[in-house]
Parts: sequence; C-alpha cells; structure tokens
Amino acid sequence: MMQFMLLFSRQGKLRLQKWYVAHPDKLKKKITRELITTVLARKPKMCSFLEWKDVKVVYKRYASLYFCCAMEQEDNELLTLELIHRYVELLDKYFGSVCELDIIFNFEKAYFILDELVLGGELQETSKKNVLKAIAAQDLLQEDEAVDGALREVGLL
Amino acid sequence: MPAVRGDGMRGLAVFISDIRNCKSKEAEIKRINKELANIRSKFKGDKTLDGYQKKKYVCKLLFIFLLGHDIDFGHMEAVNLLSSNKYSEKQIGYLFISVLVNTNSDLIKLIIQSIKNDLQSRNPIHVNLALQCIANIGSKDMAEAFGTEIPKLLVSGDTMDVVKQSAALCLLRLFRKSPEIIPGGEWTSRIIHLLNDPHMGVVTAATSLIDALVKKNPEEYKGCVTLAVARLSRIVTASYTDLQDYTYYFVPAPWLSVKLLRLLQNYTPPSEEPGVRGRLSECLETIFNKAQEPPKSKKVQHSNAKNAVLFEAISLIIHNDSEPNLLVRACNQLGQFLSNRETNLRYLALESMCHLATSEFSHEAVKKHQEVVILSMKMEKDVSVRQQAVDLLYAMCDKTNAEEIVQEMLAYLETADYSIREEMVLKVAILSEKYATDFTWYVDVILNLIRIAGDYVSEEVWYRVIQIVINREEVQGYAAKTVFEALQAPTCHENMVKVGGYILGEFGNLIAGDTRSSPQVQFELLHSKYHLCSAATRALLLSTYIKLVNLFPEIKNRVQEVFRADSNLRSADVELQQRASEYLQLSIVASSDVLATVLEEMPAFPERESSILAVLKKKKPGRIPDEVRESKSPLPNITPAPIINNIANTNSSSADLLGLSTPPGTNANATGNGLFDVLGDLYTTPKISPTTVQQNNIKKFLFKNNGVLFENDLIQIGVKSEFRQNLGRIGLFYGNKTQSPIQNVHPELHWNDLHKLNVQMKPMEPVLEAGAQIQQMLTAECIEDFHDTASMSVSFVYNGVPQKISMKLPLTLNKFFEPTEMNGESFFARWKNLGGEQQRAQKIFKAQGSIDLAAARTKLSGFGMQLLDGIDPNPDNFVCAGIVHTRMQQVGCLMRLEPNKQAQMFRLTVRSSKETVSQEICDLLADQF
Repeated sequence: MMQFMLLFSRQGKLRLQKWYVAHPDKLKKKITRELITTVLARKPKMCSFLEWKDVKVVYKRYASLYFCCAMEQEDNELLTLELIHRYVELLDKYFGSVCELDIIFNFEKAYFILDELVLGGELQETSKKNVLKAIAAQDLLQEDEAVDGALREVGLL
Repeated sequence: MPAVRGDGMRGLAVFISDIRNCKSKEAEIKRINKELANIRSKFKGDKTLDGYQKKKYVCKLLFIFLLGHDIDFGHMEAVNLLSSNKYSEKQIGYLFISVLVNTNSDLIKLIIQSIKNDLQSRNPIHVNLALQCIANIGSKDMAEAFGTEIPKLLVSGDTMDVVKQSAALCLLRLFRKSPEIIPGGEWTSRIIHLLNDPHMGVVTAATSLIDALVKKNPEEYKGCVTLAVARLSRIVTASYTDLQDYTYYFVPAPWLSVKLLRLLQNYTPPSEEPGVRGRLSECLETIFNKAQEPPKSKKVQHSNAKNAVLFEAISLIIHNDSEPNLLVRACNQLGQFLSNRETNLRYLALESMCHLATSEFSHEAVKKHQEVVILSMKMEKDVSVRQQAVDLLYAMCDKTNAEEIVQEMLAYLETADYSIREEMVLKVAILSEKYATDFTWYVDVILNLIRIAGDYVSEEVWYRVIQIVINREEVQGYAAKTVFEALQAPTCHENMVKVGGYILGEFGNLIAGDTRSSPQVQFELLHSKYHLCSAATRALLLSTYIKLVNLFPEIKNRVQEVFRADSNLRSADVELQQRASEYLQLSIVASSDVLATVLEEMPAFPERESSILAVLKKKKPGRIPDEVRESKSPLPNITPAPIINNIANTNSSSADLLGLSTPPGTNANATGNGLFDVLGDLYTTPKISPTTVQQNNIKKFLFKNNGVLFENDLIQIGVKSEFRQNLGRIGLFYGNKTQSPIQNVHPELHWNDLHKLNVQMKPMEPVLEAGAQIQQMLTAECIEDFHDTASMSVSFVYNGVPQKISMKLPLTLNKFFEPTEMNGESFFARWKNLGGEQQRAQKIFKAQGSIDLAAARTKLSGFGMQLLDGIDPNPDNFVCAGIVHTRMQQVGCLMRLEPNKQAQMFRLTVRSSKETVSQEICDLLADQF
C-alpha cells in the first residue's frame, strides 16, 4: 500500500501531497522536509529506490519535478516506478505535454486524476483510457453546469 | 497562464500568479496573509456567498495549505459545498476534506451525512466521489455508517464497473480501520469471485481487498488460490494485444499480475490440488521464458514492467521454497541482472538474491556469483547498492567461503562509507565468529576490525571477543601475544586498549616468559596508553593492573606507585579514585593467597547467543536471516560478566578483611557496583534491565471508559471500552514508543472469578513494530455481581531484555450500571424500602483536599448511575440511581453522597436489594472525592 505521494520541484518546493495514512500535520511536514532533502541530495545515476525509515521510497525525476512515493516493504519497486510513469502520462495527456506550471495552476485537476488512478493507497485503474474517460465525464458535468449558469444569468433558463 | 478545461476559476489563477510573482519569501507571506484575511472576512461577512465563490475561496485555502501554511478555518464552508447540487462545487468540497480534514473532526457527522446522500445519487459520478472520499479518509465512524451499504454495492449485479472498483478499495480502507465490517458467510465466496470479473479494473481493485482479507483470515478465503492461479495463467499466456488498454508497454496487465502473485504469497504452495500447483508452476515458467525473449520495446517502461512481474514471481518462488529447479532458475536470472546497466535492476537483484541465499535449494547457486557481488560491494557508485551487496555477502557466507568474504569485507571497510561501517563491523564480527574453524583467525579478524574501524566497533563486539578468548583455552596465548603486538603501534584505538588491557590482565602470564614481553614491558606498554584514554578505559586498566600484581608480584611496587599517583588516588572521578584506593589497599593488605583467590582468572562465560547478532537484528529488523545462528540460546546477553569474580559475593565481609573505609562521597552501594562490575554501566548509557512493573491508578477509570491505562518509556497501553447491559467490549491499544520492535508480546489474564465476570481475551500479534500501535479486543460478561476487578499482565521482550507489566483492568462492577431516572417521591419511597441491615452500606471518609462539588459531580456522572437533581432537600447532597445488570439478575441501586464542608468529610450511603452490591459500590466510591 502506498503511504503517501509527494511532488516537488528541484528547488524543493512541494507541488502536491497525497497522504493515505493519517499522520498529524506536524509529522507530515517533518517527513516532507526530510524526504525532499534526502532525495534532492541524490545523484542522477543512483538507484531510484531507497530504504528510508520504515518505508521504501521510490522516486523519479521528470524535467524539473520529482515524483516520490513511499511504499510498504512488500510493495513492488519497479511497478511503483511505472505507476509514477502512468500518472505522468495521464497528466501529459490531459494537459497536453504537461509542465510544472500546469500542476501549479491546476493542482485540483492533478488531484482528481490521481484519485482515479490510486485510491486509498491502492492502485485502482491502470487503463489510461478508462481514467481519461472518467476525468472527461467530470469535465463535461462541470462544463454543462457552467453553461447552465451562464444561461441562467442572462435569463434564458 | 495555461488554458484550463472544465470550469476554471479566474480568481484562483490570479492569486496563484500573484504568489509566483512575489520576489521574496516575506512578500509571499504578506500576500498570503492578505488573502487569508480577505477570505476570512468573506466567510464571516453578512453577504451570503454563492456556491462559486465558496468554491473559489476553499480552493485558495487549499493552495495556501499546499504552500506549507496552516489552515484553521474554512472547513465548514467546504462541508457546505458537499451538499451543493453542482458537481464542480461538490468535488472541490470533497477534495478539501480529503486533504485537510482530520478524521476525528467535529464535522465528521455532517460529512458522513453528505456522503450518505451522494451514495444514493443516481449519477455514478457522484457516487464515486463519495466512495473516493471514504477510501481516502475512511475512519471507524465511517465504517459504522457505511459498513452494510458498501459490501452490497461491491457485489451487486446492478453496480457499474467504475463504482465497483471504488467500492472494493473503499471497503478495504474501512476493513483496515474496523476489521469486523466484512460480513463473512456467503459474502466470502461472492468477494472471492470478483477475481473472475470480466472487467480487469474491477479485478485489479478487488485483488487488493482480497489480499488484505486473506491476511486476516487465510482459511476462510482459501478458495481464492485456485481463482488467482487461473486468472494469472490467462494473463501470462495472453498476447499483448489481448488485453488492450491493460497492456502496458507490451506487457499484459503487469499490475494485476503482481497483485495476484502477492496474493499467492499468503499461502503455502497448493499441495492438495496438484492441478492448481502444476498450473502455477507453468505460469512461473512462462514468466521466466518471457524474460529471456528479446525485448519488444527499447523503452525502460517495457523492461521495468516485465521485470516487476519477474521479481514478484521470484518472491513467490522463494516464499514457496519448494521447487529446486525454479529456485535455481531464479538465481541464474538474477545473476544476469547483477551486471545489467540499470542500477535499479542491480539493486533489486542483490536484494532478491539475499533471500535466495537462505534457501537450502539455492544457497549453492547464489554462491556462484560471489565474485560479481564482491565487485558490486567495491565498485558500485550508489551506496545503497553497495549496502545490498554487503547484505548479500553476509547471507551467502558459509564455512567454505567465510575466510574470503570476511577478508574482502575487511579490505573494503577501510574505504567504506561512514553510513554502512558500523553495520559492516557487526557483520564481520558475526561471520568470523560463526564460521571460525580456527579461533586464532577469529582473534586476528577482530583485532583488524578494531584497527581499521575502531570507532565503529561497538561494545558488544569487543565484549564478545573477550568472552570467546576466555572460553577457549587454545587461543589465549595467541590472543595475548597478538594484542601485545597490536598495542605496540604508536597510535592505537581505545577499543584496542580495552581488549588489550583485559586480555593481558587475564593471560599476560602466558607470554611473560619472552623477555620482549616481560611483566614490566607489558605493564609499561599498557600504562603508556593510560593518559590518553577515557575514564571508563582507565577504570578497566586499573583492574588490569591489580590483576597483573597477582600474576607478577615483581611489579607490585611499580603498580602501587601508579595507584598512589595523585591523578588516580585523588582523581576527580569517583570511580577511578575508588578503584585506585581499594586496589592499593588490596595489594598492601592481602596475602598472596587472598590475592590469588580474589583475582583469580575469569571462569568461562555461559555459552549464549552473540549479543552482536541482537544488535544487528535491531538495526535491520526483518533483514537478518534467522538461521544465521545454528544454536540459539534463550538467554539474552547484554553485558559481560564481571571481570573480578568472588568479590561480589564477599563484598560485605571484604570490608573487614581489607580494612578499607568507604571513600568520601561514595555510598556503600556504589562500592559494591564498582568492584563488581568493572566493565559495567557506569560510563555507558543506562541499559534497560528486566523489570516487572506494577501499575496503575485504576481508580480513575471508575469514572471514565477511555484513557491511558499504563505507560512507561517503552510502551503505552490505552483503553477504550463500551458497555451495554451486562456486556462490555474493551479495546486495548498497545503502542510502541521506541525505535525498535517489541517482541514476544504476551498478555495474560489474572482473574479467578470467571464465573462471576467472564472476561475473554482475543489473541494478538506478538510483535509490536517500532512506533506502531496494535489493538487487542476483550469482551466481558457480568454474570453475577463481583468484587474488585480483573488484572492482566503483559510480558514482552525489548532489546533482548524481558519485561513484564501488570495492571488492573477497568472492569469494575459499576460499568454494568444502567442509569435510572426517577422523581423524588419514588426515590425516597424506595430508599425507605431498602432500609434493612442487609441492604445498605455506609462509609464516612475524609475529603481529598478541600471539598469540590463540581469535581464530585463530574466524577459521579461518569460513574454510571443517574444523578438526580433537585430531589434531596439539601442542594449540596448528591443522589443517584441505577440498575446493575448481571446475567443472573438486575439489582436496583440507590446512592447518596453527603458532603460536610466544615468537617471536610463525606458520608456515603448505598442501598440496593443485594448486600454484596451495596457493599461493593460503597467500597468503590469511598475515598474518591
């Protein structure tokens, strides 16, 4: 089971955090700070896995962003790496060649996409098509509501 | 600003841009504070906000939170959004809640209500939002609220696939919080059969759920093995086009494959069903065959996914540990990975091989790769990979290769990273002891260890070498000679001085015949190091000196001179001063016979498990193969036995014998310790000693059901209990407060009156991992009224030291009270009726401190009876009524507590239809106010 996922920039700025275990805020902050420092200190050729405290950390860098997952001991490292990749692919497909700015400005979308992929720390749906379909359905609902709202405003509805 | 699909929020984007444009941290904080003030005033303002505005502000708060600031308002507004009929607003509400709301928040009831409504929605997207919220933040409360609904959603034929997927993981979350919510019975088979679901996404989600259920109850869910093997078989034999979007870079359903392989690792190989077993073997063979095929893509994603499945298959093979050919095949496959150019693969191959090395079938096959592994240890650029190599070398070591591996590890130690040195030292020490055929080799290795990495040689390591030298006569002369030589180096590590001092003190005589190591030379050599050493080492050396006096009377004068030196006899360090003065007196007063008896050679240590191993296990729980030691002794071992025997036993009489007076500033007890435990704890950090602790202020639990029952430095035991009629359910929460696991946790009930109060204790996990908490359930049934309360003891092992605590359980008779409301008239009518000698109990007692009526009221309201106000003519008096529920009968009970402020006394009267009940309630309450 995934315990948490962090997205942070090369400068150490946290861009997204998702916790699947309940920790007090203080502890979350401490973990985040320490883990970011640890990961940023690693060199590019090093292996993507590290034993850190009682979790197994799997991370990968995409351009300026680090994606970092904390897993339990028995979880499969390589597939976690590919889980990160699948998430990146989904973001990329949704935003159209995603960059850090997309995630900053649309963090809520990044959360919604993640929720379709991973739920409660477990992988829910691996099919790219199905995840994007779910997100598209959400967007459609929102757009309909927006159109409704606009029509109502001008008195047409 | 990037384009936003769906329903964008301009205000939010502007705010984010503002933040990004801030030139300094201060400017950013200023901007955030301004925004927070704005949002606060909007939320508090008179104007009602529309949904869009609320959503926008809640979203801004979320963003501010993500920047690392604390958010202490807005929760209510987010909860309001949940009931919006607009999806976009609802969604933001849920997002805020899953990121920011604590599961024990006051708002949880409202949240649960909203979730309930959304679960009823006809729109599956709304249902999914609600399910996702539960899956992400589900708590015990939610388990209670949705425990019946969600299993239905999961197995119902009408449920859409996407909803089923969420429902499976939602149920998993709730199950983790509250295991009893899984219905069992016919549900078991319906849940297992989700493995056959045509929708791969449903199977993927369900497999995680089933895995957790199996871990809890393997027997019940046994049927999943056949289905999982069948499903796996279909996947691994599928071509990559068969599974369409579930094929990931030409690998069919890697995630599901891995989950299924994990699921199977909960069971032993399916031996009673040869067909299933054969099919599984075929699957595993197929996975190996595919690994050998040329890659279908050059992308790393392809090889990662393929190898992920392969590694999981190997884990299963290692877990089953029953098919020699598969184990060897796994080993060969991993061997190829050892020289792969991907660091990740090399890391995982080393890790996985470590497990293979512990199987008798593959141990030899692993050894073939020794050379490559040694190279990995030396050459890898990444320390975590080097660490894996060290672990593997340790695991593959046996009698045949020990000398070479230890030699390589020693050589590498000179340049090894600081982060892994200490652990390597432990490993070298263990291997060299375990596989030593010739103990002179062992002594050499340990002295080399101290030379190369003295700073990383822990106490356990040098204690151990001394134990072994003392226990093995054949190596004593060699050891004395070797330490003597080692001490001749111009600089040597303090640990070397300790070992040298100890060994020469015991066996210096064995090399004294050689003029190059005559008694004088030995003494002067040791003493030349004295002034550079810490007080602990000096103390040890002083003991060595007195031992040398016994071995070599000819150097007595010289040694006495040293004892007499101001720096010793008048040392500011009490321990040194004491040793110097006592040893001095001993050397002056005692005859040679007495000296010889007191300072006799150490007796052999009892054979026991190496304490080094314990240290290593502590450092890396779960990563040290258990079978490393051939003989395990149950005796834990922390400190070595005393260096000077006999004195301890004759301590009280020795004072007369030697005519010693206790030096000023030292108490008699310390004197005993000082002589007794030369190597002991005086200079080291205090060690945890075996203890039995009796706790606990059980009386405070008379008035409440939850709280901390017991706590010390190691463990905290909390309790939560609930009672209904004559039944009770008590949850004990064991929390490990330390950085290491607590083992062999064994709770035991002590209660003789089971026929009156039947207490049942559910079994619990014997291991409490560092920082973890586990729960144990107890049930209680009150059969008849009883006296006092049940106790329990918990024994466990921490750091190799057994501990035991005992405590009383908060299961007093008053827990089975049902409060009874009644008016003054009926109260006093009953009161009068229960006036007989056999029915009442009374106590008069002094108040604890000054009388505090408010506090007394709070206590009484937690006691379980109904507090009846306005009944007693004196408003200061308390009267209460309740019914004690037992299986045999219900006993009505009335109580009156009358404070007397002048006298600072209370008078307590209890009346009931049963004498023992009145007496017990009276006893419980007396002295509590």
